[in-house]
Amino acid sequence: MNVWQFMLQNHAEVAELTLEHLWLVGVSTLLAVLVGIPLGILITRWPALNKPILGSANIIQTIPSLALFGFLLPAPWIGERADRLAILALTLYALLPLIRNTYTGIKGVDPAVVEAGRGMGMTDRQLLFQVELPLALGVIIAGVRVAAVISVGLATIAAAIGAGGLGEYIFRGLAMVNNQVILAGAIPAALLAILADISLGWLEKRLSPG
Amino acid sequence: MNTSPHHGAAIEFRNVSFHVDGSRELLQALNLEVRRGETLVLLGRSGSGKTTTLKLINHLVAPTSGQLFVDGKSTDEWDVIRLRRMIGYVIQEVGLFPHFTVARNIGLVPQIEEWPADRIRQRVQELLQLVGLDGQLASRYPRQLSGGQRQRVGVARALAADPPILLMDEPFGALDPITRAELQREFLTLQKRLQKTVVFVTHDLREALLLGTRIALMEAGRLVTVLTPEEFFHSTEPLVAAYVDAFGTELNGGGKRGLS
Ligand SMILES: Nc1ncnc2c1ncn2[C@@H]1O[C@H](COP(=O)(O)OP(=O)(O)O)[C@@H](O)[C@H]1O
Ligand SMILES: [Mg+2]
Repeated sequence: MNVWQFMLQNHAEVAELTLEHLWLVGVSTLLAVLVGIPLGILITRWPALNKPILGSANIIQTIPSLALFGFLLPAPWIGERADRLAILALTLYALLPLIRNTYTGIKGVDPAVVEAGRGMGMTDRQLLFQVELPLALGVIIAGVRVAAVISVGLATIAAAIGAGGLGEYIFRGLAMVNNQVILAGAIPAALLAILADISLGWLEKRLSPG
Repeated sequence: MNTSPHHGAAIEFRNVSFHVDGSRELLQALNLEVRRGETLVLLGRSGSGKTTTLKLINHLVAPTSGQLFVDGKSTDEWDVIRLRRMIGYVIQEVGLFPHFTVARNIGLVPQIEEWPADRIRQRVQELLQLVGLDGQLASRYPRQLSGGQRQRVGVARALAADPPILLMDEPFGALDPITRAELQREFLTLQKRLQKTVVFVTHDLREALLLGTRIALMEAGRLVTVLTPEEFFHSTEPLVAAYVDAFGTELNGGGKRGLS
């Protein structure tokens, strides 16, 4: 039985695991956007926070994912359910590209343009929402893209703690020493990553000014 | 103590110095008055402190010591947003918002001042005409304009909410000579009509002589002197004479405006 036959035979399960996978990636990326962009903005306003915030996000990235799941296990509410745990861990990993790109995107806005706006009497808020964020949007979306693609890969490991997703097949295949089963998880995961890359890349182009 | 005794002055620098933390003085003990309705040209080589002087006026930088009055009120006491909205600002690099159309660029201050949309649209058309641009350009983006058109949009944007004061930082510096001459002529016509208080920065003596009611010469963060164009051209003050000399051959040889 080859991998296509296996997937066809188990299409309901493949679909379910793919949806679980999308859920883990989607929710964690969304949370990372909601937290990372404000943090990125914050460190453009408060340079003193730059090092501690970017530094922490950097350190989190270096923690092996299985270890991170382990560290988070004792957390109340979070630790109660595997999917919560997985989402939190994935969110933490996705923070770095979001904080960093928001920061560099805003810092990369032509200083002459910002100065013109400030000199004309725009408030900080007006500058942020009408000038800096729109002009940084392409770079910020690029951060979302990196985060999402990494997250698709990392989410396969969530299966190790029982959070579901396409990693189920990969771990099951490893246990059974069955390449077909491994591929039934790996192929859809790769397709998801490519899909995320292409669609967010398209959005990045559309929303980049100039 | 806090109000200027010179009620005629639109802007007054009183012993204003400025330096960035730990660095040398970028401006030293500046005393200068800008009269209502005049075009005061700040002339000086690059690095002499002209841009910094402008930024003090709209409080993009604050004096390290001394005081600066706009409309008789110290810039420390002004609500900085109110202050800036009554001062049009044309910066050296133009700084048009690349993601806004020409219309949105020009209408920016009216928009943040919450004018009704109809009135903004009308005002934008008025201003395009005023600076000699086709009304059709309203829907274009800055990157679709020529250098001269961009400068004109920059001027229109600064004039949008009809501010009594206008700061212009080498607004025609990056243009070819023909376009520059054209914009200078238009500036004179416009200024005759609008009678704004203008502080105009340039390093070009010819531009200073042509546009200025008075010329303030700056050198290494100091104000050398303030003279009318006529006085300036004939002054024997060494730094002034040196500046005139440096341009001398160009002014005479070009036979430009019969100033020699
Ligand atoms: N924020 C700053 N920090 C340090 N030096 C500055 C800063 N802004 C301007 N300068 C320096 O101050 C001097 C005057 O600058 P500026 O006012 O821009 O001169 P100009 O407009 O006449 O060319 C220059 O030597 C410039 O390098
Ligand atoms: Mg300058």
